[in-house]
Amino acid sequence: MTKKILSSDITPESLYLNRRNIIKASGLIAGSAAVSPVAHAGIFGLFADEVVVPEQAVYQPKPLTIAKKVANNLTEVLTPESKVTSHNNFYEFGTNKTDPIENSKAFNPEPWSITIDGEVEKPRTFSMDDILKNHPIEERIYRLRCVEAWSMVIPWLGFSLADLIKKVNPTSKAKYVAFQTLYDPKQMPGQASRLGGGIPFPYVEGLTIAEAMHPLSLLSVGLYGKTLPAQNGAPIRLVVPWKYGFKSIKSIVKITLTEKEPPTTWQALAPNEYGFFANVNPQVDHPRWSQATERRIADGFRAERIDTLMFNGYGDEVASLYKGMDLRKFY
Amino acid sequence: MVKAWAAKHITAIKVMLHGGALLPLCWLAWQTFSQQLGGDPVQYLTHFTGKGALNLLFVTLLISPAAKWIKWRFLLQTRRLLGLWVLAYALIHVAIFWLLDLAGRIDLFVEEVIKRPYITLGLVALLLLMALGVTSANRIRRKMGRNWQKLHNWVYLVALLVPIHYYWSVKSAVLEPSIYILIAAFLLLLRRHKLMSHLPSKVKAKVA
Repeated sequence: MTKKILSSDITPESLYLNRRNIIKASGLIAGSAAVSPVAHAGIFGLFADEVVVPEQAVYQPKPLTIAKKVANNLTEVLTPESKVTSHNNFYEFGTNKTDPIENSKAFNPEPWSITIDGEVEKPRTFSMDDILKNHPIEERIYRLRCVEAWSMVIPWLGFSLADLIKKVNPTSKAKYVAFQTLYDPKQMPGQASRLGGGIPFPYVEGLTIAEAMHPLSLLSVGLYGKTLPAQNGAPIRLVVPWKYGFKSIKSIVKITLTEKEPPTTWQALAPNEYGFFANVNPQVDHPRWSQATERRIADGFRAERIDTLMFNGYGDEVASLYKGMDLRKFY
Repeated sequence: MVKAWAAKHITAIKVMLHGGALLPLCWLAWQTFSQQLGGDPVQYLTHFTGKGALNLLFVTLLISPAAKWIKWRFLLQTRRLLGLWVLAYALIHVAIFWLLDLAGRIDLFVEEVIKRPYITLGLVALLLLMALGVTSANRIRRKMGRNWQKLHNWVYLVALLVPIHYYWSVKSAVLEPSIYILIAAFLLLLRRHKLMSHLPSKVKAKVA
Protein backbone atom coordinates (compact mmCIF):
# COMPACT_ATOMS: atom_id res chain seq x y z
CA MET A 1 0.00 0.00 0.00
CA THR A 2 2.08 2.89 -1.21
CA LYS A 3 0.63 6.38 -0.93
CA LYS A 4 0.67 8.61 -3.99
CA ILE A 5 2.42 11.93 -4.43
CA LEU A 6 1.02 15.38 -3.88
CA SER A 7 3.75 17.79 -4.86
CA SER A 8 2.17 20.63 -2.86
CA ASP A 9 3.03 18.78 0.32
CA ILE A 10 6.76 18.88 -0.20
CA THR A 11 8.78 21.79 1.18
CA PRO A 12 9.05 24.36 -1.64
CA GLU A 13 12.42 24.13 -3.35
CA SER A 14 13.07 27.87 -3.09
CA LEU A 15 12.71 27.64 0.67
CA TYR A 16 15.03 24.75 1.01
CA LEU A 17 17.63 26.11 -1.38
CA ASN A 18 17.53 29.36 0.51
CA ARG A 19 18.11 27.53 3.76
CA ARG A 20 21.00 25.74 2.11
CA ASN A 21 22.68 29.03 1.24
CA ILE A 22 22.25 30.36 4.75
CA ILE A 23 23.87 27.26 6.15
CA LYS A 24 26.62 27.43 3.54
CA ALA A 25 27.33 30.97 4.65
CA SER A 26 27.36 30.06 8.31
CA GLY A 27 29.65 27.17 7.47
CA LEU A 28 32.14 29.65 6.05
CA ILE A 29 32.00 31.70 9.21
CA ALA A 30 32.48 28.63 11.32
CA GLY A 31 35.45 27.60 9.23
CA SER A 32 37.27 30.83 9.84
CA ALA A 33 36.37 31.15 13.51
CA ALA A 34 38.91 30.06 16.05
CA VAL A 35 38.10 26.59 17.28
CA SER A 36 38.35 26.79 21.04
CA PRO A 37 38.52 23.34 22.52
CA VAL A 38 36.85 22.73 25.87
CA ALA A 39 37.26 19.57 27.85
CA HIS A 40 33.88 17.92 27.85
CA ALA A 41 33.30 16.09 31.11
CA GLY A 42 29.98 14.30 31.14
CA ILE A 43 27.73 13.51 34.07
CA PHE A 44 29.25 10.91 36.44
CA GLY A 45 32.45 11.19 34.37
CA LEU A 46 30.90 8.95 31.72
CA PHE A 47 33.07 10.37 29.01
CA ALA A 48 36.80 9.93 29.36
CA ASP A 49 38.58 13.15 30.20
CA GLU A 50 40.91 13.12 27.21
CA VAL A 51 38.03 13.56 24.76
CA VAL A 52 37.99 17.21 23.79
CA VAL A 53 34.85 18.58 22.16
CA PRO A 54 35.27 21.99 20.47
CA GLU A 55 32.54 24.61 20.57
CA GLN A 56 32.20 24.64 16.78
CA ALA A 57 31.99 21.41 14.81
CA VAL A 58 35.33 20.80 13.05
CA TYR A 59 33.47 19.31 10.10
CA GLN A 60 30.83 21.32 8.25
CA PRO A 61 28.62 19.61 5.63
CA LYS A 62 29.37 20.68 2.05
CA PRO A 63 26.94 21.10 -0.85
CA LEU A 64 26.63 18.00 -3.03
CA THR A 65 25.74 17.89 -6.71
CA ILE A 66 22.59 15.90 -7.28
CA ALA A 67 22.64 13.93 -10.55
CA LYS A 68 19.09 12.66 -10.30
CA LYS A 69 16.02 13.22 -8.19
CA VAL A 70 14.19 9.94 -7.85
CA ALA A 71 10.46 10.41 -8.22
CA ASN A 72 8.97 9.75 -4.84
CA ASN A 73 5.45 8.78 -4.01
CA LEU A 74 5.23 10.28 -0.57
CA THR A 75 2.40 12.55 0.45
CA GLU A 76 3.96 13.33 3.80
CA VAL A 77 5.60 16.61 4.77
CA LEU A 78 9.40 16.52 5.13
CA THR A 79 10.87 16.62 8.62
CA PRO A 80 12.68 19.99 8.87
CA GLU A 81 16.46 19.81 8.51
CA SER A 82 16.94 21.30 11.99
CA LYS A 83 15.09 18.34 13.52
CA VAL A 84 16.74 15.72 11.31
CA THR A 85 20.14 16.95 12.50
CA SER A 86 19.33 17.50 16.20
CA HIS A 87 17.25 14.46 17.14
CA ASN A 88 19.51 11.45 16.69
CA ASN A 89 20.16 8.01 18.09
CA PHE A 90 23.92 7.61 17.71
CA TYR A 91 25.21 6.11 20.95
CA GLU A 92 28.82 6.66 19.84
CA PHE A 93 28.12 10.28 20.82
CA GLY A 94 25.87 9.71 23.84
CA THR A 95 22.49 8.19 24.55
CA ASN A 96 20.23 11.27 24.65
CA LYS A 97 18.65 12.44 21.40
CA THR A 98 20.38 15.81 21.62
CA ASP A 99 23.79 14.34 22.56
CA PRO A 100 25.06 13.48 19.04
CA ILE A 101 24.91 17.05 17.69
CA GLU A 102 26.76 18.29 20.79
CA ASN A 103 29.30 15.50 21.27
CA SER A 104 30.20 14.97 17.60
CA LYS A 105 31.85 18.33 17.13
CA ALA A 106 35.37 16.88 17.28
CA PHE A 107 34.48 14.22 14.71
CA ASN A 108 36.31 14.56 11.41
CA PRO A 109 35.20 12.19 8.63
CA GLU A 110 37.95 13.35 6.27
CA PRO A 111 39.80 11.41 4.96
CA TRP A 112 37.68 8.23 5.01
CA SER A 113 37.72 4.84 3.36
CA ILE A 114 35.58 1.72 3.32
CA THR A 115 36.97 -1.79 3.06
CA ILE A 116 34.84 -4.46 1.40
CA ASP A 117 36.00 -8.02 1.95
CA GLY A 118 34.80 -11.54 2.79
CA GLU A 119 33.04 -13.66 0.19
CA VAL A 120 34.08 -11.50 -2.78
CA GLU A 121 36.38 -12.04 -5.74
CA LYS A 122 37.97 -8.61 -5.57
CA PRO A 123 38.28 -7.33 -1.98
CA ARG A 124 38.97 -3.60 -2.08
CA THR A 125 39.33 -0.46 -0.06
CA PHE A 126 37.53 2.54 -1.54
CA SER A 127 38.41 6.08 -0.57
CA MET A 128 35.46 8.40 -0.03
CA ASP A 129 36.71 10.49 -2.99
CA ASP A 130 36.56 7.41 -5.26
CA ILE A 131 33.08 6.62 -4.05
CA LEU A 132 31.77 10.13 -4.69
CA LYS A 133 33.48 10.26 -8.11
CA ASN A 134 32.12 6.92 -9.33
CA HIS A 135 28.54 7.05 -8.12
CA PRO A 136 26.06 9.62 -9.44
CA ILE A 137 24.26 11.03 -6.40
CA GLU A 138 20.51 10.55 -6.28
CA GLU A 139 18.08 12.30 -4.00
CA ARG A 140 15.61 9.88 -2.43
CA ILE A 141 12.92 10.88 0.03
CA TYR A 142 12.35 8.05 2.49
CA ARG A 143 10.39 7.55 5.68
CA LEU A 144 12.58 6.64 8.65
CA ARG A 145 10.79 4.65 11.36
CA CYS A 146 12.63 4.27 14.66
CA VAL A 147 11.98 1.16 16.77
CA GLU A 148 11.11 3.61 19.58
CA ALA A 149 7.93 4.48 17.60
CA TRP A 150 8.85 7.90 16.22
CA SER A 151 9.47 8.65 12.56
CA MET A 152 10.72 11.25 10.10
CA VAL A 153 10.65 11.91 6.34
CA ILE A 154 14.14 12.70 5.08
CA PRO A 155 15.55 13.74 1.67
CA TRP A 156 18.62 11.52 1.57
CA LEU A 157 21.43 11.78 -1.00
CA GLY A 158 23.23 8.63 -2.03
CA PHE A 159 23.28 5.64 -4.32
CA SER A 160 22.19 2.01 -4.29
CA LEU A 161 24.23 -0.24 -2.02
CA ALA A 162 24.03 -2.84 -4.78
CA ASP A 163 26.16 -0.63 -7.09
CA LEU A 164 29.06 -0.75 -4.64
CA ILE A 165 28.72 -4.46 -3.87
CA LYS A 166 28.70 -5.34 -7.60
CA LYS A 167 32.13 -3.71 -7.92
CA VAL A 168 33.76 -6.43 -5.77
CA ASN A 169 32.04 -9.44 -7.39
CA PRO A 170 30.39 -11.42 -4.56
CA THR A 171 31.05 -15.17 -4.67
CA SER A 172 28.25 -17.75 -4.64
CA LYS A 173 28.86 -18.20 -0.91
CA ALA A 174 27.92 -14.60 -0.16
CA LYS A 175 24.57 -14.95 1.65
CA TYR A 176 24.78 -12.01 4.05
CA VAL A 177 26.32 -8.55 4.22
CA ALA A 178 27.83 -7.34 7.51
CA PHE A 179 28.52 -3.68 8.28
CA GLN A 180 30.73 -2.06 10.89
CA THR A 181 30.85 1.49 12.29
CA LEU A 182 34.15 3.25 13.00
CA TYR A 183 35.64 2.49 16.40
CA ASP A 184 37.58 5.54 17.54
CA PRO A 185 36.96 6.57 21.16
CA LYS A 186 39.15 9.64 20.65
CA GLN A 187 36.59 11.05 18.22
CA MET A 188 33.51 9.28 19.54
CA PRO A 189 33.14 10.17 23.22
CA GLY A 190 30.30 7.67 23.76
CA GLN A 191 32.73 4.85 22.98
CA ALA A 192 35.18 6.26 25.52
CA SER A 193 32.54 6.12 28.21
CA ARG A 194 33.25 3.36 30.67
CA LEU A 195 29.62 2.35 30.51
CA GLY A 196 29.23 2.86 26.77
CA GLY A 197 25.55 3.72 26.90
CA GLY A 198 24.81 0.06 27.45
CA ILE A 199 25.81 -1.23 24.02
CA PRO A 200 29.07 -2.86 22.88
CA PHE A 201 31.25 -1.12 20.28
CA PRO A 202 31.97 -1.12 17.42
CA TYR A 203 28.35 -1.09 16.29
CA VAL A 204 27.63 -3.84 13.76
CA GLU A 205 24.66 -4.53 11.50
CA GLY A 206 23.72 -6.95 8.75
CA LEU A 207 21.39 -7.71 5.86
CA THR A 208 20.72 -10.74 3.71
CA ILE A 209 22.32 -10.47 0.28
CA ALA A 210 18.85 -10.12 -1.29
CA GLU A 211 18.02 -7.21 1.02
CA ALA A 212 21.38 -5.58 0.37
CA MET A 213 20.97 -5.89 -3.42
CA HIS A 214 17.42 -4.48 -3.32
CA PRO A 215 17.24 -1.15 -5.20
CA LEU A 216 15.71 0.62 -2.18
CA SER A 217 18.78 -0.12 0.00
CA LEU A 218 20.69 3.13 -0.03
CA LEU A 219 24.22 4.07 0.88
CA SER A 220 23.68 7.66 1.92
CA VAL A 221 26.38 10.31 1.77
CA GLY A 222 24.17 13.33 2.44
CA LEU A 223 20.83 14.88 3.30
CA TYR A 224 19.07 18.13 2.48
CA GLY A 225 21.44 18.89 -0.40
CA LYS A 226 24.68 18.57 1.57
CA THR A 227 27.07 15.91 2.82
CA LEU A 228 26.02 14.18 6.05
CA PRO A 229 26.63 16.03 9.32
CA ALA A 230 28.65 14.01 11.86
CA GLN A 231 25.59 13.28 14.02
CA ASN A 232 23.73 11.71 11.07
CA GLY A 233 26.50 9.23 10.30
CA ALA A 234 29.11 11.08 8.24
CA PRO A 235 30.50 10.45 5.76
CA ILE A 236 28.59 7.34 4.64
CA ARG A 237 25.75 5.36 6.17
CA LEU A 238 23.16 2.78 5.30
CA VAL A 239 19.47 3.63 4.85
CA VAL A 240 17.07 0.69 4.67
CA PRO A 241 13.67 2.39 4.71
CA TRP A 242 11.48 -0.67 5.36
CA LYS A 243 13.38 -1.64 8.51
CA TYR A 244 13.60 -0.03 11.95
CA GLY A 245 16.17 2.76 12.10
CA PHE A 246 18.77 0.83 14.09
CA LYS A 247 19.46 -1.31 10.99
CA SER A 248 20.60 1.82 9.12
CA ILE A 249 24.15 1.78 10.50
CA LYS A 250 26.14 5.02 10.50
CA SER A 251 29.75 6.03 9.72
CA ILE A 252 30.58 2.72 8.00
CA VAL A 253 34.24 1.66 7.71
CA LYS A 254 33.83 -1.97 6.76
CA ILE A 255 31.48 -4.17 4.74
CA THR A 256 32.02 -7.94 4.83
CA LEU A 257 30.11 -10.46 2.74
CA THR A 258 29.55 -13.65 4.71
CA GLU A 259 28.09 -17.11 4.35
CA LYS A 260 26.54 -17.15 7.85
CA GLU A 261 24.21 -14.64 9.46
CA PRO A 262 26.45 -11.99 11.07
CA PRO A 263 25.90 -10.77 14.65
CA THR A 264 24.09 -7.43 14.94
CA THR A 265 24.40 -5.07 17.91
CA TRP A 266 20.84 -4.76 19.21
CA GLN A 267 19.98 -8.38 18.55
CA ALA A 268 23.05 -9.50 20.48
CA LEU A 269 22.08 -7.20 23.35
CA ALA A 270 18.40 -8.16 23.67
CA PRO A 271 17.44 -10.97 21.26
CA ASN A 272 13.89 -11.13 22.62
CA GLU A 273 13.36 -7.45 21.77
CA TYR A 274 15.29 -6.91 18.54
CA GLY A 275 15.55 -9.40 15.68
CA PHE A 276 17.96 -9.71 12.76
CA PHE A 277 15.32 -8.70 10.22
CA ALA A 278 13.73 -5.83 12.18
CA ASN A 279 11.24 -5.11 9.41
CA VAL A 280 8.76 -2.38 10.31
CA ASN A 281 5.63 -4.31 11.27
CA PRO A 282 2.62 -2.78 13.05
CA GLN A 283 1.32 -6.25 13.90
CA VAL A 284 4.36 -7.40 15.86
CA ASP A 285 4.82 -5.34 19.00
CA HIS A 286 8.06 -4.72 20.82
CA PRO A 287 7.76 -6.67 24.11
CA ARG A 288 7.60 -3.40 26.03
CA TRP A 289 5.62 -1.15 23.68
CA SER A 290 3.22 -1.18 20.75
CA GLN A 291 4.45 -0.76 17.17
CA ALA A 292 0.96 -0.13 15.75
CA THR A 293 1.36 3.65 15.68
CA GLU A 294 4.23 6.11 15.49
CA ARG A 295 4.84 9.77 16.27
CA ARG A 296 5.77 11.62 13.08
CA ILE A 297 8.30 14.34 13.76
CA ALA A 298 7.43 17.04 11.22
CA ASP A 299 7.26 20.84 11.31
CA GLY A 300 4.80 21.20 14.20
CA PHE A 301 5.49 21.39 17.94
CA ARG A 302 3.60 18.17 18.50
CA ALA A 303 4.56 15.02 16.68
CA GLU A 304 1.26 13.67 15.24
CA ARG A 305 0.49 10.09 16.07
CA ILE A 306 -0.16 8.14 12.87
CA ASP A 307 -0.67 4.50 12.00
CA THR A 308 2.48 2.55 11.21
CA LEU A 309 2.44 0.93 7.77
CA MET A 310 3.57 -2.62 7.04
CA PHE A 311 7.20 -2.50 5.84
CA ASN A 312 6.98 1.23 6.59
CA GLY A 313 4.85 1.66 3.46
CA TYR A 314 7.33 -0.08 1.13
CA GLY A 315 5.42 -3.38 1.00
CA ASP A 316 4.85 -3.23 -2.79
CA GLU A 317 8.59 -3.16 -3.32
CA VAL A 318 9.91 -5.50 -0.61
CA ALA A 319 7.18 -7.91 0.57
CA SER A 320 8.32 -10.49 -2.02
CA LEU A 321 11.66 -10.77 -0.18
CA TYR A 322 9.85 -12.38 2.74
CA LYS A 323 7.35 -14.60 0.94
CA GLY A 324 6.36 -17.58 3.07
CA MET A 325 8.32 -16.33 6.05
CA ASP A 326 6.65 -16.19 9.48
CA LEU A 327 7.23 -12.52 10.30
CA ARG A 328 6.26 -13.07 13.95
CA LYS A 329 9.06 -15.56 14.33
CA PHE A 330 11.57 -13.70 12.19
CA TYR A 331 10.95 -10.23 13.60
CA MET B 1 20.52 28.95 66.46
CA VAL B 2 19.66 27.88 62.97
CA LYS B 3 17.20 25.37 64.34
CA ALA B 4 15.44 27.97 66.47
CA TRP B 5 15.17 30.29 63.47
CA ALA B 6 13.93 27.52 61.22
CA ALA B 7 11.34 26.33 63.76
CA LYS B 8 9.99 29.87 64.06
CA HIS B 9 9.93 30.46 60.33
CA ILE B 10 8.46 27.19 59.15
CA THR B 11 6.10 29.17 56.91
CA ALA B 12 9.07 30.79 55.20
CA ILE B 13 10.61 27.35 54.65
CA LYS B 14 7.35 26.12 53.17
CA VAL B 15 7.20 29.09 50.81
CA MET B 16 10.79 28.38 49.74
CA LEU B 17 9.92 24.74 49.06
CA HIS B 18 6.90 25.79 47.00
CA GLY B 19 9.18 28.09 45.02
CA GLY B 20 11.76 25.35 44.57
CA ALA B 21 9.14 22.97 43.20
CA LEU B 22 7.57 25.58 40.94
CA LEU B 23 10.79 26.97 39.49
CA PRO B 24 11.62 23.97 37.22
CA LEU B 25 8.14 24.25 35.71
CA CYS B 26 8.73 27.95 34.93
CA TRP B 27 12.08 27.03 33.41
CA LEU B 28 10.36 24.36 31.34
CA ALA B 29 7.69 26.80 30.16
CA TRP B 30 10.38 29.29 29.14
CA GLN B 31 12.31 26.59 27.26
CA THR B 32 9.11 25.53 25.54
CA PHE B 33 8.20 29.01 24.33
CA SER B 34 11.74 29.80 23.22
CA GLN B 35 11.82 26.46 21.32
CA GLN B 36 14.77 24.92 23.11
CA LEU B 37 13.37 21.45 23.56
CA GLY B 38 15.09 19.77 20.59
CA GLY B 39 13.58 17.73 17.78
CA ASP B 40 10.88 16.07 19.85
CA PRO B 41 9.58 18.60 22.40
CA VAL B 42 6.79 16.32 23.64
CA GLN B 43 9.23 13.58 24.59
CA TYR B 44 11.40 16.14 26.38
CA LEU B 45 8.39 17.48 28.33
CA THR B 46 7.30 13.96 29.26
CA HIS B 47 10.75 12.97 30.50
CA PHE B 48 11.34 16.25 32.34
CA THR B 49 8.08 16.13 34.31
CA GLY B 50 8.39 12.39 34.99
CA LYS B 51 11.88 12.74 36.39
CA GLY B 52 10.76 15.84 38.30
CA ALA B 53 8.00 13.84 40.00
CA LEU B 54 10.46 11.08 40.92
CA ASN B 55 13.08 13.50 42.29
CA LEU B 56 10.44 15.27 44.38
CA LEU B 57 9.13 11.95 45.67
CA PHE B 58 12.61 11.08 46.90
CA VAL B 59 12.97 14.49 48.56
CA THR B 60 9.60 13.94 50.28
CA LEU B 61 10.67 10.54 51.55
CA LEU B 62 13.98 11.93 52.76
CA ILE B 63 12.27 14.47 55.04
CA SER B 64 11.31 12.21 57.94
CA PRO B 65 14.62 10.30 58.24
CA ALA B 66 16.49 13.60 57.94
CA ALA B 67 14.24 15.37 60.46
CA LYS B 68 14.78 12.57 62.95
CA TRP B 69 18.53 12.49 62.31
CA ILE B 70 19.08 16.19 62.93
CA LYS B 71 16.19 16.36 65.46
CA TRP B 72 14.23 19.01 63.53
CA ARG B 73 10.80 17.47 64.03
CA PHE B 74 9.00 20.54 62.71
CA LEU B 75 10.30 19.69 59.23
CA LEU B 76 7.70 16.90 59.11
CA GLN B 77 5.15 19.63 58.36
CA THR B 78 6.69 20.09 54.90
CA ARG B 79 5.91 16.55 53.75
CA ARG B 80 2.35 17.23 52.68
CA LEU B 81 3.19 20.16 50.42
CA LEU B 82 6.05 18.22 48.83
CA GLY B 83 3.83 15.18 48.37
CA LEU B 84 1.21 17.32 46.65
CA TRP B 85 3.90 18.67 44.32
CA VAL B 86 4.84 15.07 43.46
CA LEU B 87 1.20 14.52 42.51
CA ALA B 88 1.16 17.75 40.48
CA TYR B 89 4.26 16.74 38.49
CA ALA B 90 2.86 13.23 37.97
CA LEU B 91 -0.45 14.62 36.72
CA ILE B 92 1.31 17.00 34.31
CA HIS B 93 3.50 14.09 33.15
CA VAL B 94 0.48 11.92 32.36
CA ALA B 95 -1.48 14.85 30.88
CA ILE B 96 1.36 15.57 28.44
CA PHE B 97 1.58 11.91 27.52
CA TRP B 98 -2.15 11.55 26.99
CA LEU B 99 -3.00 14.94 25.42
CA LEU B 100 0.14 15.64 23.39
CA ASP B 101 1.77 12.27 22.77
CA LEU B 102 -1.44 10.28 22.26
CA ALA B 103 -3.42 13.30 20.99
CA GLY B 104 -6.02 12.81 23.73
CA ARG B 105 -7.20 9.52 22.26
CA ILE B 106 -8.81 7.37 24.93
CA ASP B 107 -8.56 4.14 22.91
CA LEU B 108 -4.80 4.58 22.48
CA PHE B 109 -4.38 5.45 26.16
CA VAL B 110 -6.17 2.28 27.24
CA GLU B 111 -4.17 0.25 24.73
CA GLU B 112 -0.88 1.67 25.96
CA VAL B 113 -1.76 1.01 29.60
CA ILE B 114 -2.58 -2.60 28.78
CA LYS B 115 0.20 -3.28 26.29
CA ARG B 116 3.11 -1.57 27.97
CA PRO B 117 3.89 -3.03 31.41
CA TYR B 118 5.88 0.04 32.38
CA ILE B 119 2.89 2.27 31.72
CA THR B 120 0.67 -0.06 33.75
CA LEU B 121 3.07 0.39 36.67
CA GLY B 122 3.10 4.13 36.17
CA LEU B 123 -0.68 4.32 36.20
CA VAL B 124 -0.90 2.24 39.40
CA ALA B 125 1.57 4.65 40.99
CA LEU B 126 -0.45 7.65 39.81
CA LEU B 127 -3.72 6.24 41.20
CA LEU B 128 -2.05 5.65 44.58
CA LEU B 129 -0.64 9.19 44.57
CA MET B 130 -4.11 10.55 43.79
CA ALA B 131 -5.60 8.60 46.71
CA LEU B 132 -2.94 10.09 48.99
CA GLY B 133 -3.53 13.55 47.57
CA VAL B 134 -7.30 13.67 48.04
CA THR B 135 -7.00 12.40 51.63
CA SER B 136 -4.30 14.88 52.58
CA ALA B 137 -6.61 17.55 54.05
CA ASN B 138 -6.60 17.75 57.87
CA ARG B 139 -10.34 17.25 58.10
CA ILE B 140 -10.26 14.02 56.11
CA ARG B 141 -7.21 12.85 58.00
CA ARG B 142 -9.06 13.21 61.34
CA LYS B 143 -12.12 11.45 59.97
CA MET B 144 -10.08 8.50 58.71
CA GLY B 145 -8.44 7.89 62.07
CA ARG B 146 -5.95 5.02 62.02
CA ASN B 147 -6.83 4.12 58.45
CA TRP B 148 -5.18 7.31 57.26
CA GLN B 149 -1.68 6.11 58.15
CA LYS B 150 -2.44 2.69 56.68
CA LEU B 151 -3.43 4.31 53.38
CA HIS B 152 -0.47 6.65 53.34
CA ASN B 153 2.02 3.82 53.89
CA TRP B 154 1.29 2.91 50.27
CA VAL B 155 3.69 5.68 49.31
CA TYR B 156 6.47 3.14 49.86
CA LEU B 157 5.07 1.03 47.06
CA VAL B 158 4.95 4.13 44.85
CA ALA B 159 8.65 4.74 45.67
CA LEU B 160 9.42 1.29 44.24
CA LEU B 161 7.04 1.32 41.27
CA VAL B 162 8.15 4.64 39.81
CA PRO B 163 11.89 3.87 39.40
CA ILE B 164 10.94 0.47 37.92
CA HIS B 165 8.57 2.30 35.54
CA TYR B 166 11.57 4.42 34.50
CA TYR B 167 13.99 1.48 34.21
CA TRP B 168 11.54 -0.49 32.09
CA SER B 169 10.90 2.38 29.68
CA VAL B 170 14.48 2.81 28.40
CA LYS B 171 15.98 0.94 25.45
CA SER B 172 19.40 0.58 27.05
CA ALA B 173 21.56 2.97 29.10
CA VAL B 174 20.07 1.66 32.33
CA LEU B 175 22.66 3.40 34.53
CA GLU B 176 20.50 6.32 35.54
CA PRO B 177 17.32 4.33 36.27
CA SER B 178 19.47 1.83 38.21
CA ILE B 179 20.73 4.66 40.41
CA TYR B 180 17.11 5.68 41.05
CA ILE B 181 16.22 2.12 42.06
CA LEU B 182 19.18 2.07 44.46
CA ILE B 183 18.05 5.36 46.02
CA ALA B 184 14.53 3.95 46.44
CA ALA B 185 15.98 0.84 48.10
CA PHE B 186 18.05 3.05 50.41
CA LEU B 187 15.01 5.14 51.40
CA LEU B 188 13.06 1.97 52.17
CA LEU B 189 16.00 0.49 54.07
CA LEU B 190 15.93 3.50 56.38
CA ARG B 191 12.40 2.43 57.27
CA ARG B 192 13.04 -1.29 57.58
CA HIS B 193 11.67 -1.51 61.14
CA LYS B 194 8.46 0.25 60.23
CA LEU B 195 8.01 -1.81 57.07
CA MET B 196 8.73 -5.05 58.92
CA SER B 197 6.14 -4.26 61.56
CA HIS B 198 3.50 -4.05 58.84
CA LEU B 199 4.31 -7.45 57.36
CA PRO B 200 2.01 -10.34 58.36
CA SER B 201 3.60 -12.30 61.23
CA LYS B 202 4.08 -15.47 59.12
CA VAL B 203 6.14 -13.62 56.54
CA LYS B 204 8.07 -11.91 59.31
CA ALA B 205 9.09 -15.25 60.78
CA LYS B 206 10.43 -16.34 57.42
CA VAL B 207 12.38 -13.13 56.81
CA ALA B 208 13.89 -13.29 60.28
